[in-house]
Amino acid sequence: MIEFNRFELDNGLKVIVHEDASTPMVVVNVMYNVGAKDEDPEKTGFAHLFEHLMFGGSINIESYDEPLQMAGGENNAYTTNDLTNYYCQLPAENIETAFWLESDRMLSLAFSKKSLEVQRKVVCEEFKEHYINKPYGDIWLKMRSLAYSRHPYRWMTIGKELSHIENAKLSDVKSFFYKYYRPNNAILVVAGNTTTAQVKHLAEKWFGDIAPGEIPLRNIEAEPEQKEKRQLQIEAGVPLDAILKAWHMPNRMHKGYYVCDLITDILGGGGSSRLYQKLVKEKKLFSSIDCYHFGTIDPGLLAIDGKLIRGVSFTEAEAEIDAVLNELIETKITEAELQKVKNRSESTIAFEDMSIINRANSLAYYELLGDAGLMNGELKRYEEVTVEEIQRYAADVFRETNSNLIQYCSKNQL
Amino acid sequence: MINRKLAPPIQDAVNFKYDLKPLHSFRLDNGIDVHCIHSDAQEVVALDIVFYAGNWYEEKNLQAAATNFLIKNGTSQKSAYVINEDIEFYGAYLNRACYSETATITLHCLSKYLNDLLPIVHEVIADAIYPEEELEIYKRNQRQRLKVNLQKCDFVGNRRIDEYLYGAEHPYGKSSSFEDYEQLSREDLLAFYRNYYLNGHCIIFAAGKLPADFEFNLNKVFGQLSVSTQRPLQKEFPLNAAEQKKHRIIIDDNGVQGAVRLATHFPNRHHPDFVPAQVLNTLFGGFFGSRLMANIREEKGYTYGIHSFIQNHIHQCGWMISTEAGRDVCEATIQEVYKEMELLRNTAVAKEELQLVKNFMLGSILGDLDGPFQIIGRWKNYILNDLKEDYFHKTIHTIKNIGPDELQQLAQRYLRPEDFYELIVV
Repeated sequence: MIEFNRFELDNGLKVIVHEDASTPMVVVNVMYNVGAKDEDPEKTGFAHLFEHLMFGGSINIESYDEPLQMAGGENNAYTTNDLTNYYCQLPAENIETAFWLESDRMLSLAFSKKSLEVQRKVVCEEFKEHYINKPYGDIWLKMRSLAYSRHPYRWMTIGKELSHIENAKLSDVKSFFYKYYRPNNAILVVAGNTTTAQVKHLAEKWFGDIAPGEIPLRNIEAEPEQKEKRQLQIEAGVPLDAILKAWHMPNRMHKGYYVCDLITDILGGGGSSRLYQKLVKEKKLFSSIDCYHFGTIDPGLLAIDGKLIRGVSFTEAEAEIDAVLNELIETKITEAELQKVKNRSESTIAFEDMSIINRANSLAYYELLGDAGLMNGELKRYEEVTVEEIQRYAADVFRETNSNLIQYCSKNQL
Repeated sequence: MINRKLAPPIQDAVNFKYDLKPLHSFRLDNGIDVHCIHSDAQEVVALDIVFYAGNWYEEKNLQAAATNFLIKNGTSQKSAYVINEDIEFYGAYLNRACYSETATITLHCLSKYLNDLLPIVHEVIADAIYPEEELEIYKRNQRQRLKVNLQKCDFVGNRRIDEYLYGAEHPYGKSSSFEDYEQLSREDLLAFYRNYYLNGHCIIFAAGKLPADFEFNLNKVFGQLSVSTQRPLQKEFPLNAAEQKKHRIIIDDNGVQGAVRLATHFPNRHHPDFVPAQVLNTLFGGFFGSRLMANIREEKGYTYGIHSFIQNHIHQCGWMISTEAGRDVCEATIQEVYKEMELLRNTAVAKEELQLVKNFMLGSILGDLDGPFQIIGRWKNYILNDLKEDYFHKTIHTIKNIGPDELQQLAQRYLRPEDFYELIVV
């Protein structure tokens, strides 16, 4: 049970406090309700590029990092398709430094030309490092645009292509900031060795006078139901054939999300999971195989990806994956197997909640979903899943017409 | 109105108190030393069993790694699948890792299941049988994985730079090949298992919320292992560093980035320069605000990230600089690294910047001192490196008191381009 207090400033900033006197540190976490899904399709990768610019100095403070490091702090940030999150951890005595820094960059950035020029290059190198200069690095860029036709999940947070980042202008940066980086579009979580009274005082003092903005209503086109199977074959200089198959799954607030999350564990979580045991160990068709999803807020993708043993054909590989899925659809799993994956969820949650950084992140995330208190109901929602639901959702999600297939062929083998 | 240009006052981290929570240690009936950090805060446990079974002791390349990896893939009573089921039923993880001197088996689980899991972990350690079929699957899958990795410039860069520093026969310098996997036999694994696990030497580290009967239960199970109370003899491996210092390798004609690695030899933790050098390293390339990051990422945009670090070896270390940079700026990156070394040799660091580095380092240590897993990690490091308890306080003292002159002298001693191996892999 994670205890917290919650209040809201007049400008709409939501504040959550999680007191934990057992640590000498505090975490200050600011989550903005803006992600890659809010981007213009012609200017993708922008929310993430923008995250980099948040470290390029704010209106009154030349550098974000230096004063924080001087106060004994560390920080980081990440952008997803749904949100952007900034967090820092520092000795509790210096908590006010974090308020000073975070509130100034919410007030206004410095909008430095130099920072934009450099960060454009840095992000291009990040793009190359993770998605171009690596075998199979582009497979998810391709899968997203295959599986989504309308919804902005059809591009990755890093962006559709390098040129979108290279062409970003300072005017884009400014308008993006004033559109989304307003107190009424943010959640502030303070966790660790502090009190609600102290946070109230500091939040009023530093964030209280930041004017709210007109946050544009999100008007994201829902992905229409997929009616037929989609396929793509890629040929590249990779050493092994690989297969990636993905199906649309329910959104984060849907009951089916929890069922699908457990299904990924039944299929691909650990050495006793079904895909690994059947296809890697018994039939020896794959050298590795995984099953996962991304936990997106809007309806996401449940994916299976594997590397084929040399000599195994794509047709056979896919048929054998489908056979494992059919078994899940045709035969109810045992209570023991369901209990196994529920226990896994319980343990994952317990380990995640160990650090105050994770607790702060999670509180902000659940508040973004609608209520920080949801965090304490997660385990129960997993426990409520039944063997019948596993069967029903497996049948619904793993329909062939709901599937997207990429065959990633090794040129050397063709 | 508040004055936003004015920073709130801060407490320098040098003024804080740093206490490392003491270990609770005891010995099992068979002489195994156990070190614990108990904490009631969360319902979780990590149990780390460290064997002196790293690749230092192997006679054949990959013998140690394969023995470690496959230890849970079958006992006389249970198949790999059944063992995995038994462990995963409790939502637990049993991970293995093989290093140069040591190899570990680590259990992460909810505290309430620890007593159920101990016998399973014991069975894996005491009765591994290494089925032929498991080894064949492992060999084939590892060879496939190696094929993919050999196309990654960072993977190739990491292997090569170690080879230049230590030599291809040295435990710190050797790496896997397809032939090495080919030649591994079940007998190799069984022999290594007998010598370095069954009759080997181990230390146990436990942290988290430990049940009240933990000592009793641990002794009941692990106190019966036939392990040795002595560490196995360690062979001497002479350093056989490469003659040539500069290396350029192309593995992909169309590569858009290169892995840049620079490295030189550096003594181990017992050398008086080790802790002071950690401060110099932090300033140089050890954190986001370092000189290398400020210049090569934040000023020039050549890379997504550049880091320097001193390797975590027990016998002998290397001081390494590592980055992936745009293909056309790899050479320029190396020149900038050398410029930063030159600056550190020629100009004493300003007081303000040094204060920032110290505060950052100390703040980060402070943040590490409240979690049981981090605390045991620190202790484990001291014990495996044969360091005395006062090492922690010496470290804090050094960070608090080191001055610009001493750092400059260190830079003059160690950050000399002519001593560095240089590698770019595209």
